Amino acid sequence: MTLLDKVWELHKVATLPNGQDQLFIALHLVHEVTSPQAFQMIEERGLPVLFPERTFATSDHIVPTDSKARPFSDPLAEEMMAALERNVKKHGIQAFFPGSGRQGIVHVIGPELGLTRPGITIACGDSHTSSHGAFGALGFGVGTTQIRDILATGTMALSKPKVRRIEITGVLPKGVYAKDIIMTIIARLGVNGGLGYAYEYAGSAIQALGMEERLTICNMSIEGGARVGYVEPDEKTIQYLRGRPFAPKNIDEVAPYWLSFRSDPHTPYDDVVRIEGNALEPMVSWGINPGQAIPVSGRIPSPMELPPAERDTAEKAYRHMKVSPGDPIEGKKIDVAFIGSCTNGRISDLREAAKIVKGQKKAPHVRAYVVPGSEQVDAQARKEGLHAIFQEAGFEWRSAGCSMCLAMNPDRLQGEEICASSSNRNFIGRQGSPKGRTLLMSPAMVAAAAIAGEVVDIRKWER
Amino acid sequence: MPQQDLKNSSAIEHIKGRGLPLPENDVDTDRIIPARYLKFITFEGLGAYAFYDERFDEQGKPKPHPFNDPKYSGATILLAGANFGCGSSREHAPQALYRFGIRAIIAPSFAEIFAGNATAIGMPTVMVSPLHWEALIALVTQNPQTEIHIDLKQKTLSTTSGWTCPVEMNEGYRKAFLEGSWDTTAVLLANFDLIRKKAMELPSLC
Repeated sequence: MTLLDKVWELHKVATLPNGQDQLFIALHLVHEVTSPQAFQMIEERGLPVLFPERTFATSDHIVPTDSKARPFSDPLAEEMMAALERNVKKHGIQAFFPGSGRQGIVHVIGPELGLTRPGITIACGDSHTSSHGAFGALGFGVGTTQIRDILATGTMALSKPKVRRIEITGVLPKGVYAKDIIMTIIARLGVNGGLGYAYEYAGSAIQALGMEERLTICNMSIEGGARVGYVEPDEKTIQYLRGRPFAPKNIDEVAPYWLSFRSDPHTPYDDVVRIEGNALEPMVSWGINPGQAIPVSGRIPSPMELPPAERDTAEKAYRHMKVSPGDPIEGKKIDVAFIGSCTNGRISDLREAAKIVKGQKKAPHVRAYVVPGSEQVDAQARKEGLHAIFQEAGFEWRSAGCSMCLAMNPDRLQGEEICASSSNRNFIGRQGSPKGRTLLMSPAMVAAAAIAGEVVDIRKWER
Repeated sequence: MPQQDLKNSSAIEHIKGRGLPLPENDVDTDRIIPARYLKFITFEGLGAYAFYDERFDEQGKPKPHPFNDPKYSGATILLAGANFGCGSSREHAPQALYRFGIRAIIAPSFAEIFAGNATAIGMPTVMVSPLHWEALIALVTQNPQTEIHIDLKQKTLSTTSGWTCPVEMNEGYRKAFLEGSWDTTAVLLANFDLIRKKAMELPSLC
């Protein structure tokens, strides 16, 4: 059996008449944008929240990152925030709102509060719920009607996916990060390569990663079409959870149970892919989906170099991004730098970026932002003096939220600006301007680009 | 067991309507509904914002787009490209399409979360082979008045011109449409005792 099989069987309530499985959801995370209609739906049917003790809320998508004073300047954001406050109060749901010291991006706070843990099912109305697989959990991104189902029944209807094991062998070269691993996987297997699959990430290069780096990898599973991605838990998983506010106090007693969630040796997989970790390079996206990415030393591909099904999208990408086949990506001028998001807004990301930024100044023409993933990340960064390093380099230090990853708050690109971004999506319009352009890369690469004013190869960085 | 609204959804066996071709692969949910239109606490009125940034310029003037094309006005079956609906889990995407007037989507493949969300609101996501898909796009482009008939029971698609092809669909979704159980809350709550039992068996969170 695979880890997926084990967690699935453990949480399976029944087989539904239509053949799908009814899965119990052990942890339901709720945020302000995708939940108000779901609460309304259960109220219209007179149904209670069945497991409020397994439901936790925060606000991340629409919260401003400059001032969180109420009311928010955007009346729609204020209304959305107020609706969540009403709903959690009415239904007895524990919430972590701004000022609590625990607010943050839902996929950052789940792990840091110790709610995320091995061997459980997690759902949230956000596609990046796949992140939580870093702990050997199964995280499902769901829509609002499914949130209704989980609120009302603690369960949801699902079809069991196939499992593709992706082994990253060897050792990562210097300057190559978790972000580069997942961007390489998506570039090779395609943005639809994971349809119908869960991705099991394994191999020596994955085992060597810390928990936060594993979160980065699992986070972007969905960008490759895989709704679920996971890593088998190990000692690092246990160590990370030790002492977290919601983690079991008797963690040493629980550890063997948690560690039992692994795929059996020699278990068959639906597919296996091996990638040589030693050969990986820093990656940069050049197009309008996360699969349109190349090593920083590479050149933008011509349509003929691409599979036929990807050529139309490539043509569209050349036009939107104003690039041509054969162009290098290194040296591409940027206007904005964004370090943050559920992909790369954790303390280890800020530490790596700060190493690059320390003692430097951002390029004069670049607007540069650091948005910590949570209030806890913010506090820890301040304790370590990281915020001062960024501020002295001319970066704006903001407060926790999703911010410019999807620009539902005032943080956004203007016009055709190009943004070096540590986030997860480079879709047209994603960062708030219909003509805006996004270059995805690791936080260290974003930091270096902010200073140089253009895309640089972090492996050659000497300052 | 709590009060519940049992048969809230009706069976969907046939979908008939004209086609609206949008022959592009990997159309993401940010394009279907830009994030700034997610800031409403209801889904009402979202139809006006479907593909907004592709349909309108910065001044709000319409741009050439299949959704603006009078030829396809009133069409209810979207003919989309592979991996349609990739990206964010926002149900606002299928909601916007449904409220625009779309009642079914045909594509070579769908992003999973999108297909689940579309099913949950009663909008079938039907797959055809790439070859049949190309033929269907050509048919509808040449004659936008072509009527398409999807038969979920027989798993076939036919047009008024007599062209037919097989269709595929997630079997669970297909059965849910045929049974009228695609509105899942009641179906899930029917197992109330099993849910409670499972909750007792599993470790608590706090």
